[in-house]
Amino acid sequence: MSRWCRTRASPPTEGTMAIESEVLVIGGGLGGLTSALAAARAGADVRLVSYKQSTLRNASGLVDILGYTPDGDGPLTDPYAAIPALPAAHPYSTVGVSTVRDAMALFDDVVPDYRGSHTDTNALVPTHGGTLKPTARYPAGASAGLASDERDVLLVGLESMVDFDADRAAEHLEAAGVPFDVRGVTTSFPGDLRADAKITRYAKLLDTDGEVSVKGRKRPVRAALAERVGRGLAGEQRVGFPAILGDDNATEIREELGDRLGADVFEVPMGPPSLPGLRLEDALFDALRRAGASIETGNPVAEFDGDDRIEQVYIEKNGAKIPNSADQYVLATGGLVGKGVESDRGGVYEPVFDCHVPHAEDRYDWFDTDVFGDHEFARFGVQTDDDLRPTQADGSAEFENLRAAGAVLGGYDFAAEKSGSGVSIATGYAAGRSAAQEAQ
Amino acid sequence: MTSAPHIAVIGGGSTGTGIARDLAMRGLDVTLVEQGNLTHGTTGRMHGLLHSGGRYAVSDQASAEECIEENRVLRDIASHCVEMTGGLFVKRPEDSEEYFQKKLSGCEACGIPAEVISGEEARKMEPHLATDIDKAISVPDGAVDPFRLVVANAASAQEHGARIETHSKVTDLLVEDGEVVGVEVEHDSGTGERVHGRTGGTEEIRTDYVVNATGAWAGRIGDMAGLDIEVRPSKGVMTIMNVRQVDTVINRCKPKGDADIIVPHETTAILGTTDEEVDDPEDYPEKQWEVDMMIDTLKELVPMLDEARTIRSFWGVRPLYEPPDVGSDDPTDITRDYFLLDHEERDSLGGMVSIVGGKFTTYRMMGEEISDHVCGKFGIDADCRTADVPLPGSEDFTVLRDYMDEFGLQSPIGRRSVERLGSRAEEVLQTDGPNPVVCGCEGVTRAEIQDAIEGSGSDLNAVRLRTRASMGNCQGGFCCHRMANELHTEYDESTTRAAWDELLQERWKGQRHALWGEQLSQAMLNYALQATTQNRDNDPAEDDSIDFAAFDSGPEDVEVVSDASVAADGGYDGN
Ligand SMILES: Cc1cc2nc3c(=O)[nH]c(=O)nc-3n(C[C@H](O)[C@H](O)[C@H](O)COP(=O)(O)OP(=O)(O)OC[C@H]3O[C@@H](n4cnc5c(N)ncnc54)[C@H](O)[C@@H]3O)c2cc1C
Ligand SMILES: Cc1cc2nc3c(=O)[nH]c(=O)nc-3n(C[C@H](O)[C@H](O)[C@H](O)COP(=O)(O)OP(=O)(O)OC[C@H]3O[C@@H](n4cnc5c(N)ncnc54)[C@H](O)[C@@H]3O)c2cc1C
Repeated sequence: MSRWCRTRASPPTEGTMAIESEVLVIGGGLGGLTSALAAARAGADVRLVSYKQSTLRNASGLVDILGYTPDGDGPLTDPYAAIPALPAAHPYSTVGVSTVRDAMALFDDVVPDYRGSHTDTNALVPTHGGTLKPTARYPAGASAGLASDERDVLLVGLESMVDFDADRAAEHLEAAGVPFDVRGVTTSFPGDLRADAKITRYAKLLDTDGEVSVKGRKRPVRAALAERVGRGLAGEQRVGFPAILGDDNATEIREELGDRLGADVFEVPMGPPSLPGLRLEDALFDALRRAGASIETGNPVAEFDGDDRIEQVYIEKNGAKIPNSADQYVLATGGLVGKGVESDRGGVYEPVFDCHVPHAEDRYDWFDTDVFGDHEFARFGVQTDDDLRPTQADGSAEFENLRAAGAVLGGYDFAAEKSGSGVSIATGYAAGRSAAQEAQ
Repeated sequence: MTSAPHIAVIGGGSTGTGIARDLAMRGLDVTLVEQGNLTHGTTGRMHGLLHSGGRYAVSDQASAEECIEENRVLRDIASHCVEMTGGLFVKRPEDSEEYFQKKLSGCEACGIPAEVISGEEARKMEPHLATDIDKAISVPDGAVDPFRLVVANAASAQEHGARIETHSKVTDLLVEDGEVVGVEVEHDSGTGERVHGRTGGTEEIRTDYVVNATGAWAGRIGDMAGLDIEVRPSKGVMTIMNVRQVDTVINRCKPKGDADIIVPHETTAILGTTDEEVDDPEDYPEKQWEVDMMIDTLKELVPMLDEARTIRSFWGVRPLYEPPDVGSDDPTDITRDYFLLDHEERDSLGGMVSIVGGKFTTYRMMGEEISDHVCGKFGIDADCRTADVPLPGSEDFTVLRDYMDEFGLQSPIGRRSVERLGSRAEEVLQTDGPNPVVCGCEGVTRAEIQDAIEGSGSDLNAVRLRTRASMGNCQGGFCCHRMANELHTEYDESTTRAAWDELLQERWKGQRHALWGEQLSQAMLNYALQATTQNRDNDPAEDDSIDFAAFDSGPEDVEVVSDASVAADGGYDGN
C-alpha cells in the first residue's frame, strides 16, 4: 500500500451534509494519532484528518520523554523523576507525571516493535553523528546498539552514504568513553546502486531480498551484504548499520543478517527520510484503523464556523470546502516544522483557529546568537488551561470544545530537552481522553 | 639585487590576491598574509555585481569608465566566475525623467553600451517587474562570484611561486631606520593550510617591500607604524532570497538611495543595500529595520518580494577613502575611486605602500597599478599580463559540456559542478570511488568537497566558500555533518568535530536576519536535526562524567542470536 494515501471514507465533494463524529482530531502526527487512539479506546466515535506527512518522516524514530532539564542538566537517568520540577508552563506540568505514565502504557500497548518499557531508566543510543543521546523508547532494531551494553561493536558504513561515516562515529563514541571497544568499517553496498540512490531504494532491495550481481554472479542481497561485512568482523558481538535495513520486513532482515554474521545486528537512527520514523507512523496508523477510527489524509483543514464553540470545520479538497463537524476537537497540527505554528515578519500565529501564540514583539528576540543558545522560537506554540484547551492572552479558553496536543503546544524546547515524542504522546493521550469523556 | 625582491602583501581580499597574482606573474617573490580565510573581509560580504559602470555614469564618470573596461576584461579572464545576466535601470512613474536622460547620456559618454526599452519590453524580460514601471535602460551588468574569483587569483599566484598564508594575522610592522623591513605575523595553526587544533606561532617575515591591502582595516596597519590612513568604513546590508525572482540585475534609476538594486546570484537573488558610516569594521550594529527596508523598498520594483522567503542577510563594510582635505559629511558622497598611498612620499616612511578605496570590479586594475608602482621602486621592467592570461578554471570554457557527459554527472548537479570548476572540472571530478552529492541544495559532490579540503585543510568554512556547500535553502541543516564526514579520515575525529561545530555556528550567524516564515520553520527543523537527532548540543564526548552503568542496557529477554555454532563458521556462506 502506498504510504501516503489512506483515505477511508470518500467524502461527498459537494459539501451539503457535514461528515460527523464525536471527536475530530486535526493532524496525523504522533500527537494526533495518540489522541485519536486514546479517544477511541475511551469509547468515542473518532475521525482523524491530516494534511501532509508528519514530522516522523524527519525524526529519528526514538521516543524521548526527557533527556535534559530546561537548565541543561543531564543526561537524566530517570525522566519521570525530573518531571515534577519542570516549570508550570511546560506541557508535562499541565498533564502531570501519572498521565505521562498512562500515555506511555498506551504507546507500549499499540506499538509492539519498541523496547524500553521494562524500565523507567533512559537508554543512551548512538546517533549517526557519533554522539549518544538519552531516550526512553527505541525501535527493537536499535536495541542491540545501546551504549550501556558492554559487548564490543562494529559499525558499518556504506561508501556512497554521505550521512554516516562509520569510522568517525566509532572514534566519536570512544571519545565519549563508552564501556566497550568500537570500530568502524566502510564497504560498498553489493550490486550497482547509483551513488545517489535513495535510502528507500536500499530498503526495498533488502525487503525483497532482490538479486544483485557480485563479480558476475547473481546473489541475494542479504547474503551478499553479510558476506562483505563478515570479512571485516573481528569478534565483535554487535554490528551496527545505518537505518536502511528494510521498510516492511525490517525484523526479518535484521535477524537474517544477524544469523549470517553471528552477531546481534542493530540500526543507527538517521536523518530524513527516516525509516524508523516512517515505520512508527505506519504502526500507529494501523493501530488506529484497527480501533475503528475514520481517517482522511491529504487535505488541510482550512476554515471553521463558531465563536465560543467550534461548530464545524472545512477541509479544502480540490478547491471545494467539505464540512466536518464534531462535538469535540483536538488540534494536533504540529509546531514550526509541521506547520501548526507559522510566522511572518509581523509575528507568530496558529493558522487554523488563530489561537493566541505568545511571542516577543521584536523578532530579534526570538533567537539566541549562539547556534545552540536559548532560542525562544523553539518554545513557540499555543498556551493552554489545565484541560489542554488553548487560551487567549488573558488566560480564558479560546473555544470550549477545542484541545491542543503535541508540538503545536508552546512552553517547551523539545530539541534541547529531548522531550519531543514524549510530550506529543502524553498530551495527545490526555487531550484525546478528555475529549472523549466530554463528548459522551 | 641578486634575487627577486621579496614583497609582503597584507590582506586576502580581491585587492590583495589580485596584487599577489600580478607581482608573482612578473617574477617577484610574494608572501600574502590574511588574518582569516581568503575573502574574510569585505570581499566575502559584497553584492556580487560585476558593474557595467552604469551606477556611476552620472555621479562619478571616471569610476564608470574603469568599470566598463574591467567588466570586459573579467568576462574574458574569469569566465567561470562571471554570469552575464545583463542589467536594467528601471524608472517608476514618480522617478525623474531628467535623471533618466542623464543616466542614458552618461552611459554613452563613458562607453557603456546602453539602450532604452519600454516598460512592456522590460516585463517581457523580467515578468515579475511591477506593472507600472515606465521604461528602462539596459546595460551589461553581470553577477560575479567573489569566492571563486579570489581563490582562482590565489591559486594562480601560488602557481607562480607565491606563498599564501591564511589565518595569519599581521600584529606589527617591523620598522628599522625609517623604513618598513617586514611584518610580524601570528599564525593561527602553524604555516600552510589551516588545521584545527594545530598550534600556531609568531613569525617575523622580513621583506623588501610591504603592500597594505587591508581595505577597511588599512588604518589599523597604518597605526602600527604611526601612520594616519583616513579610511572611512561604511556599512551596507544585503538580503538573500531563496529563489531568483529576477534573472537580470535590476537597478532603480534614481540619484542615490538605499535599497535600489537586486542582483541574481546562482540560485538566489540578493537585495541591497545601504550606506552608513561605522567606527569599527568588525563591530557594528546589524538591525532589523535595515532588512525590512530592503524588502519594503524593493517590492516597489518587484512586488512578489513582499511574500518571498529570505534565507539570510549579511553586512559588509566599504573601505572608502577620502583625501584629508575633502571632508564629506555623507558617506554616499565619498568617491568610489581608489588611492595609492606611497608612505615614503606622504609620510617619509620607506618600504610600504597602501591601497585603499575602489571596488571589487576594478580589483585587477588596482593590482596592476600597485604592481607597476612596486616594480618601479626596484627598477624592474616587467609587463602586466593579468588582463590577458585567464585565471585557473577559465582557460577553456568551451569544453564544459563534454565534461558533463564524461563524468556521468546528472544535470543540474553536473551543470553546476562544471560551472563552478570551469576548466578544472576534469582534474577534480575524475575519482575512483563513487561520487555522491554531499550538499543537495547547491549540488556539490564529494569530489568537489575533497578538492576543496585539499586546498584549505580542515577549515570547513573555507570548503564552504570554495564549493558553496551548505549555502543553499537549508543553510547546512542537511549537510554540515556530511561535510564533517568528508574530513575524516584525513583528519582525526576531534579535529573534525571542532570544524563541524565551527561550521554550524557560522551557518547560524547570518540566518538571524531571515528568521520568519519558511526560514524559521527551516531553522527549527535544522535545530532538531542537530540537537534532537544527533544531540550535538550536549555531546557526551565533551563531558567525561557519564556513568554508563546507570542507564538502560536493554531488555533482559532480548533474543540473542550469537550462539557459538553460528559464530564458529562465521554464519555466512563466504568464499
Ligand atoms: C528532525 C527532528 C528530529 C526529531 N527527533 C526526535 C527524537 O529523536 N526523539 C523524539 O522523541 N522526538 C524527536 N523529534 C520530535 C518529534 O518528532 C515531534 O515532536 C513529534 O513528532 C511532533 O508530533 P506532532 O503530532 O505534534 O506534530 P507533527 O508530527 O508535525 O504532525 C502534525 C500533522 O498535522 C498536519 N497538519 C498541519 N496543519 C494541518 C491542517 N491545517 N489540517 C490538517 N492537518 C494539518 C501536518 O501535515 C502533520 O501531519 C524530532 C523532530 C524533528 C523535527
Ligand atoms: C555592501 C557592499 C556591497 C558591495 N557591492 C559591490 C559590488 O556589487 N560590486 C563591486 O564591484 N564592489 C562592491 N563592493 C565593494 C567591494 O566589495 C570592495 O571594494 C572590495 O571587496 C574590497 O576588497 P579589498 O580586498 O580591498 O578588501 P577586503 O576584502 O576587506 O580585504 C582586506 C583583507 O585584509 C585582511 N586583514 C585586515 N587586517 C589584517 C591583518 N592585521 N593581518 C592580516 N590580514 C588582515 C582582512 O581580513 C581582509 O580579508 C561592495 C561593498 C560593500 C560594503
